[in-house]
Amino acid sequence: MTAIVNVSLKAGVLDSQGKAVHHALDSLHFSGVSDVRVGKQIVLKLNETDKEKAMVEVTKMCEEILANTVIEDYKIELI
Amino acid sequence: MKVTILQFPGTNCEYDTQHAFEQLGATTEIVWHKSESIPSDTNLLVVAGGFSYGDYLRSGAIAKFSPVMKAVSAYAKEGGKVLGICNGFQVLTEAGLLPGALKRNDGLHFISKHHTLKVENSDNIFLEELNNGDIVNIPIAHHDGNYYIDNAGLADLKANNQILLTYSDVDGTTKNPNGSVDSIAGVCNKEKNVFGLMPHPERAMELILGSDDGKAMLQGFMKSC
Repeated sequence: MTAIVNVSLKAGVLDSQGKAVHHALDSLHFSGVSDVRVGKQIVLKLNETDKEKAMVEVTKMCEEILANTVIEDYKIELI
Repeated sequence: MKVTILQFPGTNCEYDTQHAFEQLGATTEIVWHKSESIPSDTNLLVVAGGFSYGDYLRSGAIAKFSPVMKAVSAYAKEGGKVLGICNGFQVLTEAGLLPGALKRNDGLHFISKHHTLKVENSDNIFLEELNNGDIVNIPIAHHDGNYYIDNAGLADLKANNQILLTYSDVDGTTKNPNGSVDSIAGVCNKEKNVFGLMPHPERAMELILGSDDGKAMLQGFMKSC
């Protein structure tokens, strides 16, 4: 099974990289963008085959190391 | 006075820190991160600056799981004095020993220059040689120095006098180089035995190198031990 973890700064925490990308898009005349958030994607190949157990395990990984929950949110997708 | 300095793969300020404390008369020992204990005669534990684990994932995120960090947490919880400088500050926030987190600088650039700082609270062993409102000139060198804490956390810091230093102009007016909440450059824990700051006092020990204001900062620890 593969787990795709998306980590991004929480809503309300200023995302300077997102702001810079937004500014760049504006300069390129892509005017239809109202906000940009930049995050990171971590792809994990798991030995676990049970989805529920995998979710519990990956959530633990996110809480302990993959995300800093003081400033970041995470989303887990299992495929 | 025995100062123990931690060394992770990628730490690069351990020898400057050692030199600075020895200049003040301390004996020092550099301890590799694989060690599961710290010397029992340690009076001050310093997590030095650098780029532990190449700053991969987040600054300080991987270092917090090094074997030595369990001993650091235990030492801090028993009231032992801990100082984190730059990357050391990032490691201590990641480890939950200090509140808040350090984000990428607002301007996205690595900033390396001398910066003036204002002493906000000197009623602690770290800054006791200084007075509230004093201005010191200390180098900063960081990419992720943008201190973040939520509003409730910020209110706590203020209520307990945990804000140590803020970035300022020479006359004391706020000047924020990296986007830090309330221009915060350094904080301590509620118990006032764990200290962290982004600027490098160990690099401000000689007038010929631009400033010796770091002496007064590190001297506080020398007196207290």
